[in-house]
Amino acid sequence: MSDEQTFLDKLQARNAVRGDEPTWITARRQAGAARFEAVGFPHKRVEDWKYTDIRSISRGDFELTDNAEFSPATAAALTLPIDALRLTFVDGVFSRSLSDLNSLPEGVSIEPLSQALEANHEAVGGALGRLAGIDFSPFTALNTAFTEEGAVIRLAAGTVVDKPIIVQFLSRANDRPVMSHPRVLVEAGGRSEATVIEHHAGEAEAANFTNLVSEIMLDRGAILSYYKLQEAPVGDLHISSLHAEQGRDSRFTSFNLTLGGALVRNDLVADLNAEGAETQYNGLFFVRGRQHVDNHTLVNHNAPRTYSNESYKGILDDRARGVFNGKVMVKRDSQQIEAYQNNANLLLSDRAEIDTKPELEIYADDVKCSHGATTGQLDEEAVYALRTRGIDEQMARGLLTLAFAGEVMEQVQVDAIAERVELAVAGKLPERFNLAGLVESASALGEE
Amino acid sequence: MLEVKDLHVTVEGSEILKGLNLTLKAGEVHAIMGPNGAGKSTLSAVIAGKEGYEVTSGSITFKGRDVLEMDVEERAQAGLLLGFQYPVEIPGVKNIYLLKAALNAQRKARGEDEIPAPEFMKLVKEQLAAMKMDPSFLQRAVNEGFSGGEKKRNEILQMLVLQPKLVMLDEIDSGLDIDAMRVVAQGINSLRDPERGILIVTHYQRLLEHVEPDVVHVLVDGRIAKTGDKQLAYDLEARGYDWVLEESAA
Repeated sequence: MSDEQTFLDKLQARNAVRGDEPTWITARRQAGAARFEAVGFPHKRVEDWKYTDIRSISRGDFELTDNAEFSPATAAALTLPIDALRLTFVDGVFSRSLSDLNSLPEGVSIEPLSQALEANHEAVGGALGRLAGIDFSPFTALNTAFTEEGAVIRLAAGTVVDKPIIVQFLSRANDRPVMSHPRVLVEAGGRSEATVIEHHAGEAEAANFTNLVSEIMLDRGAILSYYKLQEAPVGDLHISSLHAEQGRDSRFTSFNLTLGGALVRNDLVADLNAEGAETQYNGLFFVRGRQHVDNHTLVNHNAPRTYSNESYKGILDDRARGVFNGKVMVKRDSQQIEAYQNNANLLLSDRAEIDTKPELEIYADDVKCSHGATTGQLDEEAVYALRTRGIDEQMARGLLTLAFAGEVMEQVQVDAIAERVELAVAGKLPERFNLAGLVESASALGEE
Repeated sequence: MLEVKDLHVTVEGSEILKGLNLTLKAGEVHAIMGPNGAGKSTLSAVIAGKEGYEVTSGSITFKGRDVLEMDVEERAQAGLLLGFQYPVEIPGVKNIYLLKAALNAQRKARGEDEIPAPEFMKLVKEQLAAMKMDPSFLQRAVNEGFSGGEKKRNEILQMLVLQPKLVMLDEIDSGLDIDAMRVVAQGINSLRDPERGILIVTHYQRLLEHVEPDVVHVLVDGRIAKTGDKQLAYDLEARGYDWVLEESAA
C-alpha cells in the first residue's frame, strides 16, 4: 500500500461516519483528495522540498480523534499567561472548557469552524479556501480533504480589539500518534486592528502530526499582528501554510517563532494587492538535537507602492537543520515598491546545518529591493567589551547568542511572548555558556 | 596598588610606549594628560588587555600580581576596570544582564555566592538614581542608540555597580555637555575611597575641575615627561604642552 493510500483510507473511514454536510464541502473534500492522490507527498527532488524530508509524516500511521480531553493542570502550565480571548484545540478537536470566549467585544466574532459551518455555512464557504487552493501544495490538498475544525475569526469594519486573540493548539501524548488538519480563517474588516496569537504546545511525550492551513484577509486599512509561537513537543510533526491577502493601506506583521517540533515546515505567502499595503515578516528559530525547521516565505507585490520587510534569524545547535527560502516577486507595473529581506544564522555546532536562499523576481524597474544572508560570527569587539567587565569568554558568547535572538524579541509587542521566548532560548542554550540563572522573569525580579 | 615599570609597547610595528613608569597607590586619583598621539589610550588599553598591543619589555603589576599574565576577564574580576572612550554598542544584550553577569563573575572569582535577585535590583536602582538614569535603561540593549552622554554615564554606572579596586577612565569627558559632565564627575567622586585607585586619562583639564586629582602626569612621546600636583593641569591648560616637550628635551 502506498503512503498516500494510508491517508486516503483514513479519509474514507472518516467520511463514512460523517453526518450530512453541505454539498460544497463534500465537493471540496473530494477535490482535495483527488488532488492529493494525483500529486502524492512531495519528495526531495521537488525544489520546494529539496532540503526537507517528510517521510516521518508520509510513512506514519496517524489516527483521527474526537477526544479533546487534556489535563487542566498541564494546559494551565502551557497556556500563555495573557488576558486574552482564547480558542483551544486538543489534537485538532475543539475544547470548550479550555477556551475563553466570554464577553466578546462588539464587532468581534470568534468561533470554532464546526460551529461556524453549522450556523451559516454559506458565510464561511466564500472565504475558506479562497487563498489556499488545493494546488498550493499536497499538504493543502490533504488538509482540504480532511477539513472539519479550526478557528474562524471575524472583525467588523472599524473594530479595534484590545485583548489578543489566542488560537491554542495542544498536542497530547497519545497511545498512538494522531493527526489533525485544522484551518484558521481571519477576516479583518476595513480599519480593524487586532493581535492574533497562534500557539502550539503540548505534553512532552507527544508525537502527533498537525497539518494546518491559515488564511488571513485584511481589508482596506486593517492592521493585524499575527504571532505564531511554535513550542510543540520535540516529537511533533508540523506542516503549515499561512496565506495573507492585503487590501489598500493594510498592514500585516507576522512573527514566526519556532522553538519546538521535530519537523516544522512553514509556508508564508502575502499578496499585496493594493497601494499602501505593507507586510512585515519577522522570524526566529532556535532548534537543536535533530530538530528540523523549514521556512519558505513569499511576498507578492501585486500593486505599486507596496512595501515588505523581512528579517529571519536562526540559531542551530547539535545536528539541527534549518532552511530559509525567501522569495519576493514584483509584478510588472508594480512600480515604487520597497522590498527588503535579511536572513542571519548562528551555528553553535559543527554538525548543525542551514540552507538559505533568497529569491528576487522583479519585473518592474522603479523599485528598491535588497536582500542579505549571513551565517555566522559573533561581533568580536562585543565579546571583548563584555570580557573587560569580568564576564568570561564563553558566557560573553552566550550573552551575544541570546542577544541575537533578543534583537527579534525587541520587536515583539506582547511582553508575555518576548519573555517566554527569551527564557526558553536562555534555558536551551548549551551549558558551556553558563547562562543559567541570569535571565529571570520580570516577576522573579519583582518588576511586574 | 598599580605599578608600571619601564613599559614598552608596540602597535603594528611602531613603538608607542617607550619606557613608561607609573606608581599609583590606593586612595589616590591620578590624571594622565598629554597631546594627541602620546600614547595615553594605549596605556589604559594595555592594562585592560586589549588585543593588538605587543608589550616588548617592562611590567605591569596590580596588587602584586603580574597583570600581563592575566586574561582580560581575570583582570576585571580582580578589580581592574576600564571605562571606554568609545563604549561599544551591543545590540540585544540588555544592560541588566551585563551588570548581573559581571557582578556575579566578580563574586564567583572571590569565592562568593551569586547575588540574590532582589538585592541586585536594589543595588542597581540606587546607582541608576545616582547617575540620573531612568530604570528603563536596564531593559535597553547596552549602549544601543544611546547618546554620547548616555554612553559615558552607562560606563560610570557599571563602575558604581561593580565597585572596582582600580578605576581607569579613558577620555570619559569627551563628548559630554556640561550637565552630563557634572553627573559623570559626581559619579567618579563617589568612587573615591581610601581602598581604591582612580586613573583618569584626559586630553583636557575640564573634568579635573570637578574631579580633583592628587597627581597629574604629562605623557609625551611614550614616556611620563612630567609629574606634579593639580596645579600642573592648570598650567597645561594655560600654556599648552610645548613647554613640557621643550623641558623634557632639554
